Amino acid sequence: MTLAVQFTNVSRQFGEVKAVDRVSIDIQDGEFFSMLGPSGSGKTTCLRLIAGFEQPSAGSIRIHGEEAAGLPPYQRDVNTVFQDYALFPHMNVRDNVAYGLKVKGVGKDERLKRAEEALDMVALGGYGERKPVQLSGGQRQRVALARALVNRPRVLLLDEPLGALDLKLREQMQGELKKLQRQLGITFIFVTHDQTEALSMSDRVAVFNKGRIEQVDSPRNLYMKPATTFVAEFVGTSNVIRGDLAKQLSGNPQPFSIRPEHVRFAEGPLAAHEIEVSGLLHDIQYQGSATRYELKLENGQTLNISQANNQWLDVSAQHQTGQRISARWAREAMVPLSDTVAGGV
Amino acid sequence: MNTLALSQNPSGGSPLRRFSNLLYRRPNLYLSLLLVPPLLWFGAIYLGSLLTLLWQGFYTFDDFTMAVTPELTLANFAALFQPSNFDIILRTLSMAIVVSIASYIVKAYAWTLLLAKGGVAQWFVQHLGLEPVLQFVLGIPGVGGSTLSTSHLGRFMVFVYIWLPFMILPIQASLERLPPSLLQASADLGAKPRQTFMQVILPLSIPGIAAGSIFTFSLTLGDFIVPQLVGPPGYFVGSMVYAQQGAIGNMPMAAAFTLVPIVLIAIYLSIVKRLGAFDAL
Repeated sequence: MTLAVQFTNVSRQFGEVKAVDRVSIDIQDGEFFSMLGPSGSGKTTCLRLIAGFEQPSAGSIRIHGEEAAGLPPYQRDVNTVFQDYALFPHMNVRDNVAYGLKVKGVGKDERLKRAEEALDMVALGGYGERKPVQLSGGQRQRVALARALVNRPRVLLLDEPLGALDLKLREQMQGELKKLQRQLGITFIFVTHDQTEALSMSDRVAVFNKGRIEQVDSPRNLYMKPATTFVAEFVGTSNVIRGDLAKQLSGNPQPFSIRPEHVRFAEGPLAAHEIEVSGLLHDIQYQGSATRYELKLENGQTLNISQANNQWLDVSAQHQTGQRISARWAREAMVPLSDTVAGGV
Repeated sequence: MNTLALSQNPSGGSPLRRFSNLLYRRPNLYLSLLLVPPLLWFGAIYLGSLLTLLWQGFYTFDDFTMAVTPELTLANFAALFQPSNFDIILRTLSMAIVVSIASYIVKAYAWTLLLAKGGVAQWFVQHLGLEPVLQFVLGIPGVGGSTLSTSHLGRFMVFVYIWLPFMILPIQASLERLPPSLLQASADLGAKPRQTFMQVILPLSIPGIAAGSIFTFSLTLGDFIVPQLVGPPGYFVGSMVYAQQGAIGNMPMAAAFTLVPIVLIAIYLSIVKRLGAFDAL
């Protein structure tokens, strides 16, 4: 199986700032791969390195086996969906979509036919005559997608394409993007700072922090087995227990993570594989599908507990803030974390 | 509860809080408080000192004691018109006028010298061995003339030189507004730099080109100096108006000619508007 994109020790420096620092990634052909991280973590720079808008300061980038460093964007078999969509304001929707075919010298009849097909694919058939300013944000986003896909690239790059859409539309587009990717079978490389988006869509996710990769893994492993404290805290909500308390509870000074939904209120005798802590109930937040409790432990640390509201009985009514409460979790649910950035994976 | 009560009652809290609430409720008071200090500064430092200086002009200067006495007199201002003082004024004034005009005329005149027979332009052409080319170009009717400085081509070059900044500035402004992501998108979709220029940059800078062309078009249409200095004989509209009302004294004909550029510019604006050049403004 060939690799769609391969980074080997790639760095990109802007003056003194290392935007990307010795990153190595292997992205499989046909994979939905996400780059997740806070802003300034280097994920967008990595995408721009693949597209050719940036050149690496060091290292090698291969796209389908061919060295891409030094190639301008127009010589690469990849297409990009931009964060601001970057639709050409002076062209109508059809000409926008047909642009890539036009500059490559595809005949007029064929390119208009393929542009219509691409517009149908994103459910915008019949919108060809409109100008981008006459479209809503979601429609522009689809045009940008059609404009990239009409070129039949082997790798599609998406730079936070859903960031400007409202929540409902974003969730709908997530599903459509995933469906489209399966249907077309091409590699999608998706940059986002939204961890739920990355988890719900991707085959694998790379978590970026300060220009380096913390972990590359499947969404499930990323959530259930975070490798570092950064991943545990960035992906979902986590209780990261450090220092003396960690040693006291696990017998090991290494920090560990316990997810709020893996903690439950103490009831009955303590089982051998369980760990119990107690503290004052500090806050109760009703969140719809779950209720979140904040427990202040004796050493001052806050422990988040999340209980699913899956019973008709209102469990939260049994608890009040200020109450002293014991909570337990299973030893297996604790994930030991390393504090250092993992570096290239 | 306590904090709620505080925010509902703007007159409560510390004096500073009360003051800030007062400003929030009275935007005009806020504005005048902001504006008064700089206006006072401007008034006191600039106008005040100027008026003080001017007021001193009415004081008396005693030539023997070399002392200033606050006796009001107009003698100082009358003295301005004594020949020795008036010369100073005239000298300064004429230099200011000449420099203002010359910066335009010298540019045009300089070109008459540059383009003249035996001028720098011809010297260059000679040394590059391109004289036959020049002779050929000057031989084309409607373009050429006996020398560069008396040809239509020469006049064209001087006009371009003088009005070029008025074209460059609006185009630069429209290029600066072009989002870089559009150029990246074009390259990403496979366009070579030349294609990106033709398909994206050029069409999107048309409003700038249109704005610049309105300047160059109307400025050239109204110019009456360059046509007199460079190029073949024959009036331009501007120089015709100048000649009719000045030398000949035929004011009605001059007025009639004045209408021509007005109408032409109106037609030009309507064409530019119809082409959609203002749509993106």
